[in-house]
Amino acid sequence: MLGRLFESAGRLMPGEAARLLPQARIGGPMPWVIAIMVALTVIAAAAALALDNVAENARSEIAGGITVQVVEGAPAERARQTQAALAFLETDPRVTEVHQVPQEELSQLLEPWLGAGAVDDDAMATPSLIDAQLDGEVSAQMLSSLRAEMAKVAPAAQIDAQANWLGPVFDALRSLKLLALGLVALLALTAAAAVWLAARTALGSNRDTIEVIHHLGGTDGQIAAIFQRSVGIDAVIGGVAGLLLGLAAVMVLGAQFAALGSGLVAGGGLSLGDWGLLLAVPVIALVLAMITARATVLTALRRKL
Amino acid sequence: MGTGAGSIVEFDNVGLRYGTDREVLSDVSFTLYPGSFYFLTGASGAGKTSMLKLLYCAQRPSRGVVRMFGNDMITLPRQRLPEVRRRIGVVFQDFRLVPHLNAFDNIALPLRIAGMSEREIAKPVADMLEWVGLDQRADAHPATLSGGEQQRVAIARAVIARPEMLVADEPTGNVDPEMAVKLLRLFEALNRLGTTVVVATHDVHLLRKVPDSLIMRLDKGRLSDPTGALRYPPRREGMPR
Ligand SMILES: Nc1ncnc2c1ncn2[C@@H]1O[C@H](COP(=O)(O)OP(=O)(O)OP(=O)(O)O)[C@@H](O)[C@H]1O
Ligand SMILES: [Mg+2]
Repeated sequence: MLGRLFESAGRLMPGEAARLLPQARIGGPMPWVIAIMVALTVIAAAAALALDNVAENARSEIAGGITVQVVEGAPAERARQTQAALAFLETDPRVTEVHQVPQEELSQLLEPWLGAGAVDDDAMATPSLIDAQLDGEVSAQMLSSLRAEMAKVAPAAQIDAQANWLGPVFDALRSLKLLALGLVALLALTAAAAVWLAARTALGSNRDTIEVIHHLGGTDGQIAAIFQRSVGIDAVIGGVAGLLLGLAAVMVLGAQFAALGSGLVAGGGLSLGDWGLLLAVPVIALVLAMITARATVLTALRRKL
Repeated sequence: MGTGAGSIVEFDNVGLRYGTDREVLSDVSFTLYPGSFYFLTGASGAGKTSMLKLLYCAQRPSRGVVRMFGNDMITLPRQRLPEVRRRIGVVFQDFRLVPHLNAFDNIALPLRIAGMSEREIAKPVADMLEWVGLDQRADAHPATLSGGEQQRVAIARAVIARPEMLVADEPTGNVDPEMAVKLLRLFEALNRLGTTVVVATHDVHLLRKVPDSLIMRLDKGRLSDPTGALRYPPRREGMPR
């Protein structure tokens, strides 16, 4: 009877024993920590992506845009120079589109500041405005040659690239985006630190069991796998909860910004690819948590015999 | 000591000290041959557990040469220790059962570590539980088992994977004489299947129960061998096959 017993037990199969220590869990607040990290990361990443979209949209809209202002006090002279400037732009081969901002639109724009009817008042010298689109981006060289030629036909005309006006806005957008990306990096670092700390604690409280597993021929890899699995379960639970929380916040914020109806902000909608990236956040968190747990355990075990 | 052809363990002038204390083992030289049954005796504190620790790779010697299964245990890289340890079954003096695993899972541990499937594990573990008389206690956790019951779980765990060498530290210290004899029969059965058995005990009655056994005596960390077993290859005639 004994012989048969040992016979069957003697056959050793290769591969890892998944059920080595079924009850070993790191436990504690790990799922909560991961949930909060994932939620914050989703929100910060969504902000970074939205800011990127805002900047990209605005940039492509105004890339080749120039604005011509005819600043002239006398209405008749202003009208004449405006016509001359329009004629010049329409014939220039570099210009693809010319459009004079109608007086009513200008009045509407200025009304909140100057009061109704102020623009029609001859006493108020409002400049006339022309929007034009060049083929390709506006270079400084092109701008100065346009200015020189314009000065001959309409000396009161001032030409500006639209991109130049919005330069500070772009700078601000870029800073905000870098801030959001920095937050994402910090959150990832904090999550890894939390996993490291939890794994160290679990290693300490399971020291005797780990020693027994070593004596029975268990490898560092097998012991690390137990911890990895435990952290993995926590990360899946926390990741799903955090993703739902984060997506809910992003959707509420998105709806509120969309309701503003402002042209600039409307360009901040998230594309399908952006949503895909947000969905990847908990997956990346899972991988990061498991790699951290494994590295922590393997490093600690290397000091044992 | 020579090269000990066919030996599985060779100690040559081994010394062991913990930290900077005096040596607890000095000038220990012997050879263990496959299929033999050894008792290690000596007074309390003589160094029996320390010597077994060297045998189950829980310690590296402070000096001397230790060869096991052809490996130099001083230079063997630590990532190769598991493969050596899997060839050795250990009964610890303090059992070292995993507290959050029940008797069944504790006994199954070496098989799971070796990568066997649950299907393959169920039958041998159940048989082993029955053999040590604990089939009714399979679901019991160590804390709810008596000292003798824990010891039997520890023994079952040490022999379940049918190791090439069994190292047992006072394996009958907590059981009644009847159970002690029964456990000894288990070791003998394993020995007949080819396992080298090393049992540390200060129970001299036990020695007489295994007539073909060889006796190593430790005295204050030094080895003497009343049967002469350690200087020469052991007697092969009368060896259980
Ligand atoms: N981890 C340790 N650190 C320091 N000294 C130790 C350690 N383990 C054992 N010793 C010392 O080594 C000597 C031998 O101890 P060991 O446990 O090997 O004796 P033993 O023969 O197994 O005794 P017993 O029969 O009581 O189990 C003792 O003096 C003991 O105090
Ligand atoms: Mg001892």
